[in-house]
Amino acid sequence: MSRREAKSVTATLPTGVEAPIFAEPWQAEAFAMTVALHDKGLFSWSEWAGALSAEVKQPGAASDGHDYYEHWLAALENLLSAKGVAGKGDIDALAAAWGRAALATPHGKPILLENDPSPTEGRGGPTG
Amino acid sequence: MSHDHDHDHDNELDPFAARVRALETILTQKGLIDPAAIDVIVDSYETKIGPRNGAKVVAKAWLEPDFAAWLKRDATAAIGSLGYTGRQGEHMQAVFNTADTHNLVVCTLCSCYPWSVLGLPPVWYKAPPYRSRAVIDPRGVLEEFGLTLPATTKIRVWDSTAELRYLVVPMRPKGTDGWSEERLADLVTRDAMIGTGLAREPA
Repeated sequence: MSRREAKSVTATLPTGVEAPIFAEPWQAEAFAMTVALHDKGLFSWSEWAGALSAEVKQPGAASDGHDYYEHWLAALENLLSAKGVAGKGDIDALAAAWGRAALATPHGKPILLENDPSPTEGRGGPTG
Repeated sequence: MSHDHDHDHDNELDPFAARVRALETILTQKGLIDPAAIDVIVDSYETKIGPRNGAKVVAKAWLEPDFAAWLKRDATAAIGSLGYTGRQGEHMQAVFNTADTHNLVVCTLCSCYPWSVLGLPPVWYKAPPYRSRAVIDPRGVLEEFGLTLPATTKIRVWDSTAELRYLVVPMRPKGTDGWSEERLADLVTRDAMIGTGLAREPA
């Protein structure tokens, strides 16, 4: 069988070709946050592997693996919620605020949470 | 963060990016992460940690029988002696290919991988088809990677866990007598150290 036909396992990626590790910056940040939280002792690496495994084995995972970091992020959110660090509601509200802040930020300027034009919308004050 | 500079399209965060920002905000406020440290981690995985580390380990094992014996006996310590240590406290085991046996590494559970020596895994390693099929039909999987082994060669599949990760030490190609460690390391590909390939033949 030629490499050209090698579709089922290697998906769209020819062997030996070094694809970028992270397709988008948020993937790198989600990865690094997980490593940093483990360094901090918030969870053991076995706990993490369990959380990630639960996500990636759900039916519907893309066979080419492109959604891997989406599962990674979901696993991180689940673990943080289970640890009582950040609930889904907190994350939803703050993510919406970041989305509004991004839209309100002019081109070329760094996106800051302070740029959110309606900071009280759906956010119950400080999350600490 | 440094990644956000110079985007000249509309300032619109996709939902995943917004959720990551939200997590960063919460975790920073709680003092659980330091954004500067996050940048350092990203930078080291993007630029410093990669399969070149593992290639040096393999080339050294090819050249120095004592190091090879150490690697076989206690891979965590032998690899650590070169400055490559796992962040997750995982143990390493080196599995040596021989004329009779070829070794192949997979993580059926999720995507455990020897980061300290290979960097982060390629996309196919994390994808369901490889994770499920490497164990069931390793010979077929290898053929899809363009690697056809003699029917007499035994294939051993090693399933990684969070605590134990494997590094395949491929066989040293013929025609490389007298080569330096550096030159040998150039023959050692990432796929050869996962077991989905062999070391390159000298040109």
